[in-house]
Amino acid sequence: MKRPIHVTVNGVSYTHEVEPRLLLVHYIREVLGLTGTHIGCDTTSCGACTVLLNGKAVKSCTVLAVQADGAAIQTVEGLARDGQLHPIQEGFWEEHGLQCGFCTPGMMMTALDLLQRIPNPTEEQIRWGIEGNLCRCTGYQHIVNAIQYAARKMRGENPRSSTR
Amino acid sequence: MAVTRVFGASVKRREDPRLVTGRSTYTDDLQLPGMLHAQFVRSPHAHARILGIDVGAARRHPGVVAVLTGRDLQGVLQPIPTAWLIPNADLKTPPHPPLAVDTVRYVGDAVAVVVAEDRYRASDAAALVRVDYQVLPAVVDQEKAVQPGAPQLHPEAPQNVAFRWSVRGGDPDQAFAEARREGVVLAQRFVNQRLIPNAMETRSVVARYNPGSGELVVWYTTQNPHIARFLMSVVTGLPEHKIRIIAPEVGGGFGSKIPFYPEEAVIAHCSRVAGRPVKWTEDRRENYLATIHGRDHITDLEVAARRDGTLLAIRGRTWANMGAYLSTAAPGIPTILHGLMLTGCYTIPHIAYEVTGVFTNTTPVDAYRGAGRPEATYLIERAVDLVASALSMDPADIRRKNFVPADRFPYQTAEGLTYDSGNYAATLDRALELAEYHKLREVQKRGPRDGKYLGIGLSTYVEICGLGPSSVAGAVGFQGGLWESATVRLHPTGKATVFTGTSPHGQGEETTFAQIVAEELGLPLDDIEVVHGDTGAISMGWGTYGSRTTVVGGAAIALAARRVREKAAKIAAHLLEAAEADIVFDRGRFHVRGSPERAKTLQEVTLQAYLAWNLPAGVEPSLEASAFYDPSNFTFPFGAHVAVVEVNADTGEVELQRYVAVDDCGRVINPLIVDGQVHGGLVQGIAQAMWEGAVYSPEGQLLTGSMAEYAVPRARMFPRFVTARTETPSPHNPLGVKGVGETGTIASTPAVVNAVVDALRPFGITHLDMPLTPERVWTAIHGKTRR
Repeated sequence: MKRPIHVTVNGVSYTHEVEPRLLLVHYIREVLGLTGTHIGCDTTSCGACTVLLNGKAVKSCTVLAVQADGAAIQTVEGLARDGQLHPIQEGFWEEHGLQCGFCTPGMMMTALDLLQRIPNPTEEQIRWGIEGNLCRCTGYQHIVNAIQYAARKMRGENPRSSTR
Repeated sequence: MAVTRVFGASVKRREDPRLVTGRSTYTDDLQLPGMLHAQFVRSPHAHARILGIDVGAARRHPGVVAVLTGRDLQGVLQPIPTAWLIPNADLKTPPHPPLAVDTVRYVGDAVAVVVAEDRYRASDAAALVRVDYQVLPAVVDQEKAVQPGAPQLHPEAPQNVAFRWSVRGGDPDQAFAEARREGVVLAQRFVNQRLIPNAMETRSVVARYNPGSGELVVWYTTQNPHIARFLMSVVTGLPEHKIRIIAPEVGGGFGSKIPFYPEEAVIAHCSRVAGRPVKWTEDRRENYLATIHGRDHITDLEVAARRDGTLLAIRGRTWANMGAYLSTAAPGIPTILHGLMLTGCYTIPHIAYEVTGVFTNTTPVDAYRGAGRPEATYLIERAVDLVASALSMDPADIRRKNFVPADRFPYQTAEGLTYDSGNYAATLDRALELAEYHKLREVQKRGPRDGKYLGIGLSTYVEICGLGPSSVAGAVGFQGGLWESATVRLHPTGKATVFTGTSPHGQGEETTFAQIVAEELGLPLDDIEVVHGDTGAISMGWGTYGSRTTVVGGAAIALAARRVREKAAKIAAHLLEAAEADIVFDRGRFHVRGSPERAKTLQEVTLQAYLAWNLPAGVEPSLEASAFYDPSNFTFPFGAHVAVVEVNADTGEVELQRYVAVDDCGRVINPLIVDGQVHGGLVQGIAQAMWEGAVYSPEGQLLTGSMAEYAVPRARMFPRFVTARTETPSPHNPLGVKGVGETGTIASTPAVVNAVVDALRPFGITHLDMPLTPERVWTAIHGKTRR
């Protein structure tokens, strides 16, 4: 028996009838067609599916679409505004924070959650802050640099690091 | 026109804007009209006879379009081939049916496929397929599998032996006799544990067979679309020219997306049966069971040396676990790519080494990042440390003493390879300096602090890249060429499209290849597009693996660009009414020697090449060129890594405090991208040393069957890496490049293990097998001290 849900995704309102067992990530990817959010595991381990649910990072493979009823969701597609990359996206590009790009959307959404809570994180806080997100390509160092870049930019400082 | 030099610059990747905005298309992102979804039914048993399969309930389930079993595919799909047929090894290649028919041989072996209107319904129906199994005894350990009385997997392979391969050079028996008399001989058993590649994107296939045209288009997660097309043709019987394989955005591979897997052929067939597109996307648990694993060697190794530390010989035997079937490239990994690299960067004149490939009731093993070379480097780098320890030599000194000297290149090894160029001592010196090695040794001499023991580990490596000369590929049984294709096409407006037969999936060659063309033709980077991963667009290619993409594919692109330039020079000479010999090309502009103002830009010449109003005699219209580059040798990157660890003797915990990597991958096109490749490789190699490992129960259940159980490493587990480079160009490569995709993985595993063993020397510990978990380290320490 399908159930109605109302959600706002990246500022756009949607109403759909969904199966109660439908995962939020499948709703986002297959019903809304927002395929920037990826699926990397079945065990809430990898974080590739991370989105912001009412402003907080969640792994959308472990949330049912019906649980998101009434919520505001932000996905990677909602990061850039008016053709301008978000500082986090800019940081990942500038600092070579991605290779295959598959973990990147989830990693960036987690970074956004982190920087909203801790605007000036230490390297250790960043490394612990993204520990729910796996990346198999980069070795994480450039991801750390990317988040540091974004943090500086979001604080209104010169984002370019002195190390490069 | 101001064109800055781009070859050698840390250019930002042009791949990234689409990736960071979520606008790229991975296979699972595709939605085709009328598309169906497939789900495989997999064996829960490691070894069992299939007595019967009841698909009735599944077929009746709402939304189900088809259910197929192995019997349905008999005579329709051919067995999945093995494509690296190593010679002189008594290789057995038992048939690998796309779906199991009578017998399942590993947990995850597919027995049926369900095709339905959506993925939830396919999954529901798959649960309704009833398979009647008669469970058989299973064997997962390669040493047990070759014992008399062990369960037999394939009638074609008695004692489960898939192959016996060996390499011999010099006179190892004589060298060992000498060392026994007046030197040292050390023996050690090494276990190189099984790893699971864990590309972040699992495998995915979308197949669309058009009954009207007879054309099959398959989008899928492959590192080598042209090899996939060939094998798809062999397995499905569809002619090659009616098959198009597209690798869209691919989310990492690390070797696991080289093989041609059963699922790909089955999904293509499902699309034929249904007359509609069919998608299958592996879930992560399936990925652990049904996508290839890597490594899994057990080795008994002996090393012979003089008392002054001169290495004389190595002798050994490896049992390589191949899993239940021989995957596409599997036989070549523990043999050609492993056994031929065993003497590493040292002048060791004598070698005798045997590898036995063994079938077991486990997931098939194939190429995983480094593929054979990490295993070889681990053996030699541990062995060198064992000798140093036995002779009380500094690990740096023994390495320096035995390095192939910089003036002896090209150097022929005991195994028969010819190393192209190198300066091993230079990388070691730089690494020791960056790590402050001598200072660390002083600190270490002061003894433990608060129960924490400092350990310093070195790894000096050489590896084989740029696969490779096709004649050598043929000689070692690889069922393909290893040259690479490139086409550089200029458009009438002077913009360029570059086509490559390689298939990058995260390595950034859309950027580095554009840098090569920008350098050769003086074009702005933004005027160059790089196309890869589509057999419909690219004539031929062998794909991305073995750190060959830039070395072989990049060289092909440079040669094609140079041909474009030569043709453009002819046209420019004609337009400028000058002799071709007097034409000078400088940053995108042709001018007459001595008269820089008499000039045509490449864009102007290109337009004329297309208009063809006024071409010189014998010159055809258009401006494009192709090159098919077959390298004359492999390339041999090298380097020196230093790991610094602290071991807590009370808890067994190992903390990696510092890591220095000095690599030499020849000329560097994009330092930022090279750093990224090194970092990623380091993490995978360090993780093998410290955390990762696939574990099977004796019955063949994979106990580390998800990301919750298998230790894919996280950001907080690493210090900030220090990287540096020396540059020794490859003398035979047109760009001087050597490859860097695998160096980090190859070098770092032994560096970390050497560091931990170094820390544990006060406890009399000379070796520990990986992964170096706290439990293993603690047990080693306390097991020793209690005695």
